[in-house]
Amino acid sequence: MKVSLQDVTHVANLANLELTESERTAMLRDMNSILDHIDNLNEIDTTNAPPMAQMAVLQSEQASREDILEGLRPSLPREEALANAPANDGIFFIVPKVIGR
Amino acid sequence: MNLQSLTIDSARAALAEGKTSASALVDAHYVKIAADDAEIGAYLFLCKERAAAKAAAIDALAARGDELSPLAGVPVAIKDVMVTRGIRTTAGSKILGDYIPPYDCTAVARLEAAGAVILGKLNCDEFAMGSSNENSAWKPVRNPRDLSRVPGGSSGGSAAAVAANMAVATLGSDTGGSIRQPASFCGVVGLMPTYGRVSRYGLIAFASSLDRIGPLTKTVKDAATILKVIAGHDPMDSTSADIPVPDYVAELAKPVRGLRLGVPKEYFGEGLDAEVRGAIEAAIQRLAAQGCEIVPISLPHTKFAIPVYYIIATAEASSNLARFDGVRYGHRAAGATTLSQMYRRTRDEGFGAEVKRRIMLGTYVLSAGYYDAYYLKAQKVRTLIAQDFAEAFKNVDAIVTPTSPTAAFKLGEKSNDPLAMYLADIYTVTADLAGICGISVPCGETKEKLPIGVQILGKHFGEAVILRVAVAVEKSGVKAGS
Repeated sequence: MKVSLQDVTHVANLANLELTESERTAMLRDMNSILDHIDNLNEIDTTNAPPMAQMAVLQSEQASREDILEGLRPSLPREEALANAPANDGIFFIVPKVIGR
Repeated sequence: MNLQSLTIDSARAALAEGKTSASALVDAHYVKIAADDAEIGAYLFLCKERAAAKAAAIDALAARGDELSPLAGVPVAIKDVMVTRGIRTTAGSKILGDYIPPYDCTAVARLEAAGAVILGKLNCDEFAMGSSNENSAWKPVRNPRDLSRVPGGSSGGSAAAVAANMAVATLGSDTGGSIRQPASFCGVVGLMPTYGRVSRYGLIAFASSLDRIGPLTKTVKDAATILKVIAGHDPMDSTSADIPVPDYVAELAKPVRGLRLGVPKEYFGEGLDAEVRGAIEAAIQRLAAQGCEIVPISLPHTKFAIPVYYIIATAEASSNLARFDGVRYGHRAAGATTLSQMYRRTRDEGFGAEVKRRIMLGTYVLSAGYYDAYYLKAQKVRTLIAQDFAEAFKNVDAIVTPTSPTAAFKLGEKSNDPLAMYLADIYTVTADLAGICGISVPCGETKEKLPIGVQILGKHFGEAVILRVAVAVEKSGVKAGS
């Protein structure tokens, strides 16, 4: 067992998930089964392999561009940006109070 | 109207000759959907008004005798992970249940600009996470060839809609096999372009270093036609490549004689169903008979692809899905009194079991103390997998393998064992990790008449070559299992 129930709770906290008791039990089983399989990677020597974070063909200067709006979509008008918000007052997104007084 | 034989070519020809109208094509598909989709479940939402308006505009152009654009009047449908302005888009998830996007995905916009008519949005696994379409928050999709079986996933709706003649062509997305595997299970063509070939702008992100958009079609030529329309640089996606787009359809006319095709021994080992093996080997023989040279090769790091994939894909997913927090769009849990409680309850209620599993795994492999052992290690092995392919492509023009170790399995057969479901992705995840292109094309059937797809993999931006090989498979016919 790589992961304990305590670890599951910790990781759920990091991931902004709560998870029910039964979800945590299932998660414990599934994560351990998958991590066991992932352990196969330890067989392989990666001393001379650089990490690949993205596709090599694209790690060139073509990813950068001039800081102008050419060809880009303009920002959304405020009402469109707010249209899908579960709670808003027409100017801001509304969330539960963050700072107490 | 015979919808079964309707392709992009035949639809355009019928329109040009005045034998049908775009409006009639759209109506015929909606009639078909109304008749058959209740039991298949490929569509989540229809956009009849947008389709009718688009079809009427095409018909007006045709009536004036204007030259028709490459997809004029062709009824298509879009996997629900691509945003469509004004049309509900959920990524198969309750957390985006009522989301109405304010903009269009580039690939969708390019289809429409080329004359295609969008019929609706297609069912899929939640956030494209799954290999059976059973992870859709709304309903499963059933395989049109056998309703007791899955259509594959995650683009299950995209494959089933084409197979059941409920669209001429569809767009899907592929992160670990999600275009090619359902294409194989449903008996249609599915093309995953090279990373960077098609803009990902407007594709709801699952794993950003892997995600691709590509077509599912009835014929290889149709896949070539759609790729030409959707490919090319997009300023809105800095990872889209500024590399010229060839005329893929014209390239199909070139012969396959003399092409060197690699057959990797690692893709024919334990776990490969005997009937699937038979069909793939027969397809390879037919390619040899057409003058291709068959070259045995080795891709030695293949067996590490599943663990690498399920580290990298879940790590990226855990980051990408952090944006679903109940603030700007989507579901928000009621009654929370603190911000943190609101985030947690919203995500608990909004995400399904598989999505939570992957967020958890991804968060774990990125967390303090485990990053080097898991995430960094996986990135290094990913390099070795990509090098395997780079080495192989020095000696061969394309690689031929099975798409999936088995034909379509039954609903419920693997849904309680996530690891077993993951392991079945073994032949498809490698190409996602290496960034190369791949296509699945029907090549045979099992004794139970279930489709079998052969996968052809090509080098970066080598779509023209794999499309040619796919045409050669298509021409040589689908053979029943022995």
